[in-house]
Amino acid sequence: MKITVGAVVKGGTSVNYKTGGWRDEKPIIHLDNCKTCGQCEMVCPDSAIRVVNKIYVIDYDYCKGCGLCSFECPTKAIEMIPEEK
Amino acid sequence: MNLEQALTQEDLFAPGHRACHGCGMALAVRHILKATGKNVIVVTPTGCLETFASPYGYSPWRVPWIHHLFENGPSIATGIVAALRAQKRDDVRVLVIAGDGATFDIGFGALSGMLERGDDVLYICLDNEAYMNTGGQRSAASPIYSSTTTNPVGKNSSGKAQNKKDLPFIVAAHGVPYVAMASVAFLKDLGDKVKRAMKLRGPNYIQVHTACPSVWGFASDKTLEIARLAVNSGLVPLFEMEGGKITKVRKIKKRVPVSDYLKAQKRFAHLFKKGRGKAELAVIQAIADQNIEKLGLPARV
Amino acid sequence: MGQDKVIEGSEAVAFSVKACRAQVISAYPISPQTHIVERLAEMVSDGELDSEYVSVESEFSAASVVSGASAAGSRAYTASSSQGLLLMTEVLYASAGMRLPFVITGVNRAISVPISIQVDQQDTISLRDSGIIQFYVESSQEAYDTHIAAFKIAEDPEILLPVMVCMDGWILTHSYERVSLLQQELIDRFLPPFRPIHFLDVNNPKTWGSYTEADVLMEFKYAIHDAMLRGKKRIKEIFGELANITGRNYGGLIEAYRTEDAEIILVALGSLAGTTKDAVDELRSNGQKVGLVKIRCYRPFPYEDIWETIKKAKVVVVMEANFSMGSEGAVGMDLKAKLFGKSGSPPIVDFITGLGGREVNKGTVAKVVQKACEILASGGYLLEPYWVDLNRDILP
Repeated sequence: MKITVGAVVKGGTSVNYKTGGWRDEKPIIHLDNCKTCGQCEMVCPDSAIRVVNKIYVIDYDYCKGCGLCSFECPTKAIEMIPEEK
Repeated sequence: MNLEQALTQEDLFAPGHRACHGCGMALAVRHILKATGKNVIVVTPTGCLETFASPYGYSPWRVPWIHHLFENGPSIATGIVAALRAQKRDDVRVLVIAGDGATFDIGFGALSGMLERGDDVLYICLDNEAYMNTGGQRSAASPIYSSTTTNPVGKNSSGKAQNKKDLPFIVAAHGVPYVAMASVAFLKDLGDKVKRAMKLRGPNYIQVHTACPSVWGFASDKTLEIARLAVNSGLVPLFEMEGGKITKVRKIKKRVPVSDYLKAQKRFAHLFKKGRGKAELAVIQAIADQNIEKLGLPARV
Repeated sequence: MGQDKVIEGSEAVAFSVKACRAQVISAYPISPQTHIVERLAEMVSDGELDSEYVSVESEFSAASVVSGASAAGSRAYTASSSQGLLLMTEVLYASAGMRLPFVITGVNRAISVPISIQVDQQDTISLRDSGIIQFYVESSQEAYDTHIAAFKIAEDPEILLPVMVCMDGWILTHSYERVSLLQQELIDRFLPPFRPIHFLDVNNPKTWGSYTEADVLMEFKYAIHDAMLRGKKRIKEIFGELANITGRNYGGLIEAYRTEDAEIILVALGSLAGTTKDAVDELRSNGQKVGLVKIRCYRPFPYEDIWETIKKAKVVVVMEANFSMGSEGAVGMDLKAKLFGKSGSPPIVDFITGLGGREVNKGTVAKVVQKACEILASGGYLLEPYWVDLNRDILP
């Protein structure tokens, strides 16, 4: 692809790089313990938690497995398990 | 807008950026842009944020964003403000989101110039207390006795010998409308402070203490925990100033001794080794005590 | 036509910046540039000029302000000299890479240490690698005209680079000349409002200043060089367009003065060209076939045009007020690099004149020609450039 003038590029294009490949561990949300407080989504540095019809879902395309959601969850509803390689 | 709507709104800082696992800065930027909304132009000088958020062709910025050089974030912002004024685009605001290296050190002169000129810029310093992008060299924001790669602990050294530069008060001395200290540990508070600053025409300054798992040396899931300990120890007092006077402080609910905060990080590990660290710890505790006294935070440990 | 005024060179520049409707002006004072920014400040203060005038705390910020303004889509201008230009160096490289079109006046002044406010061209010449376009002017009138062309050249979508108009400090900035100012309508027609190809826009968010790896950086750098090379034609066209309006034709990338049958061709930049033209006339009246190539556009370097002019000469004599310590004068180097090995290329002799404001008058030029003839007679090769009027007695 041709280079741009002055290296100016369109914004938001980072979505084309799936940081999910960085994981050693992955979070699993145990929905029965989830009280939908929204803390996990708040504390994710990678915007990798979505809410769909009040259900919290991990976006594994981008989740780096840092564990912040798991650590901060007030009901311990998120478990970190090893990433299958 | 209810919680679910707010949570599912597309972030103005997109995923796919190259920040380390558990990066406090990336988290802070998400919430800063949530609070500002999309009608902002962001300037970021060279640093961690700039690097992990701008590989060519992979930009997470869903707002117009410019990285020019290291020491001129404030002056680039001034230029943009002047252009917006000339073009009569008064619905667009300008932010600088910069690291501590750019703010406390190399861009300090330019920052002072911008503050003195009174340009309508909201300057947010994401303070992870060293030049993290290049592996953790000391900056004027590095705390006393932290070990960094340019003042490493050794036989003759207990780490950085100088105290952290008190930038919020230096900024306030320029007579700016609003100065605040915030922390990545208290994200709602951070958002509120950004919203408050945006209501006032600038120049305004918010310093956000952001913990760095990679270099401070703790597990990536503890970023907020470490940042909370910093605040609860009194070392990172959270406050707001308007017109040069403290208008609000965030009271510490459960105060902890500084050692609780320090011993959880590799960069302070030397203070807990046998035969050293006592005197240094006392100095750091005294700093926390002084902050608490100066700002009227609870004094009981 | 517009108006004729007897004004300082600095004021002529201020009038041209005003006429070009610069939207953002940043200012940091340094002798001998200061009168330009002061005159502009007066114009803004009196409501004659509708610009955002920003006083900054250093030249680094002055250059950064115009860079930010340009990225945000406004026409911007600043000026500096000597130490200030060096302080701007990092910004100029960055903004050339970012392809930001603004105009900056480089008022030539010697560089410390020792500190001197006298004129030489070391300051602007030392920026020659950065990717900015550089013009050198001979008179206040040419300064006025060239600044107007500079904005159009900078903003041309095929070029998009910062443009620096270089003018000798004190000699041009502080001396009075009759300058013909153009009617505003003519300038507006020649130079319409700035239309950026992209700008910091909340409705179309883009990212400026990404970092790159080895797979693309070389191409980005080449793109700057390429823009300059292809820009030569456009620069000539724009100068030609302006010449049609003003009736003043400075020649293009170079001006060839009495070179058609010249055996000895001098090369000079800036106000020295004016002195040299007088010297050429005198030497000619004494029978010597001397001519002058005045380099107007130094970057991109117009070697093709220079070659066409000098190819039949017996010797090319470069006079320049700059030096690359440990090597040669820059203009001499540029010329020799391009003409080395070219069949029939005349010898090129490099003379260093006028550093730190040392006087260069018609007599100096005559001396230079004399020396060049001696060198030619003895084989035509000068290993070390000749420092004119150097007082070797006081060297330690």
